[in-house]
Amino acid sequence: MLEVRNLSMRFGGLLAVDQVSLDVNEHEIVSIIGPNGAGKTTVFNCISGFYCPTGGKIRFQGEEVQGKPDFKISRLGMVRTFQHVRLFSKMTVVENLLVAQHRHLNTNLFAGLLKTPSYRQQEQKALDRAAYWLDRVGLLELANREAGNLAYGQQRRLEIARCMVTEPQLLMLDEPAAGLNPAETRDLNHLIVSLKEDYNVSVLLIEHDMSLVMEISDRINVINQGRPLACGTPEEVRQNDDVIKAYLGEA
Amino acid sequence: MQDLLYFLQQLINGLTIGSAYALIAIGYTMVYGIIGMINFAHGEIYMIGAYTALITITGLASLGVAWLPLILIVALICAVLVSSSMGWAVERVAYRPVRGRHRLIPLISAIGMSIFLQNYVHLAQGSRNIGFPALIQGGFQFGDPDSFQTSISYMQITIFITTLICMTALSLFISRSRIGRACRAVSQDLGMANLLGIDTNRIISATFIIGASLAAVAGLLLGMYYGSVDPLFGFIAGLKAFTAAVLGGIGSIPGAMLGGLILGVSESMTSGYLSGEYKDVVSFGLLILILLFKPTGLLGKPEVEKI
Repeated sequence: MLEVRNLSMRFGGLLAVDQVSLDVNEHEIVSIIGPNGAGKTTVFNCISGFYCPTGGKIRFQGEEVQGKPDFKISRLGMVRTFQHVRLFSKMTVVENLLVAQHRHLNTNLFAGLLKTPSYRQQEQKALDRAAYWLDRVGLLELANREAGNLAYGQQRRLEIARCMVTEPQLLMLDEPAAGLNPAETRDLNHLIVSLKEDYNVSVLLIEHDMSLVMEISDRINVINQGRPLACGTPEEVRQNDDVIKAYLGEA
Repeated sequence: MQDLLYFLQQLINGLTIGSAYALIAIGYTMVYGIIGMINFAHGEIYMIGAYTALITITGLASLGVAWLPLILIVALICAVLVSSSMGWAVERVAYRPVRGRHRLIPLISAIGMSIFLQNYVHLAQGSRNIGFPALIQGGFQFGDPDSFQTSISYMQITIFITTLICMTALSLFISRSRIGRACRAVSQDLGMANLLGIDTNRIISATFIIGASLAAVAGLLLGMYYGSVDPLFGFIAGLKAFTAAVLGGIGSIPGAMLGGLILGVSESMTSGYLSGEYKDVVSFGLLILILLFKPTGLLGKPEVEKI
């Protein structure tokens, strides 16, 4: 579904990403791990269209997307989160989910003024979908709160719900467990696996929490200093000598 | 009693002019809220609205249309259409290509656009001021006919009611409609809105169109109120409305409404109790005070630096 080939990203004299390749297939959870500053987030930014990569090819759903505007890439069915929470914090919880469905909705002003049946039907559908996902992540009672007032763990879950209402094929999560306590991380584990199992979404994950990565990933890509280091199942990566060296340093 | 009537008169004058400032200020504040730039050509958009209304009224009169509501409505529609397409075009031509660059670049582009539009109207319409027919005349008066009388003209009432309608419609639009919802999202986090598949360019265009339409309404109203227009008509009004937007907290729509009213009232109080020459001193003095003591404005929220 997602094919990244020889991706490079240069900022002035710094080669932040060097010849990285990775694949995400349908119905798969793929993780990118690596020490801090390895270039994981830069890879994410290139894929989602935040940066225009300086080299390489990115194909999503059979279409070359490198250098395309981000809103067009996201319309192909890719959605992402960031390391820090980026909710629309002054809007209510449910409004966050409604605005994420904006592109599925008819925005004709006159239809809105006249409240035509199709307009109302759409609005109802959008509300139903929002309510479904709020229930799914356990935030239904908080629907009319301002998003910025939620607890941190709730905000992270709301972000995932906001991604899901856009009906993505590929969900990209940048350190979703950062700042969560062990119990919340466990819940997140179950949630991500169920997104794959029940909603047929592929997930591309950046994460430092090894328990989470090892438990739920189908495949893992290791990046070090911008270069690909290893790639394989969690078991293969765990036993890879290069990976151990990069993480623990050479003895 | 007489003092009270005199005060009331100043208050009415202030609220009238203040509500028109507020209409223009909305355009500054919405654009700033969404893309963080000051659209210095906004005063010119307002001036073009006033000219378009005047040309339409003159045209209708020469066609022999005499029914006042029809004249006003057609003039309003024409002014809104011309101004909003101007607002849209200005954004497309002068701001979008430089968006995301250093903050000064769009600012300079905006000032250039303002000079261009002003001079264009100079060339097309001449630089002398042109009389604006007083279509709405008459009014009420109360108080002792032998000494001071407070008067409210129908024109003032029209300005006040039209502003009220526009503001209510805008508030409903922003809080209820889908485009309004998207506007709020884009103003909070443009990058994230993009990643969720919202076509933010369309939303930004919509903002410019809304701001320009409200400025056109103000152009028609104030053109009739003052009785004449000239190519510099938008300059001072634009500065005043910008002051109003900063006063209320730039980026905040209720702030722009409040800032406009405060500015209008303080101006008319100054001309009523001190002297007309001081009114600009007071309004810009107010701006300096606000910038010194509450830089985020009355209703603006302090911006927390994001890490």
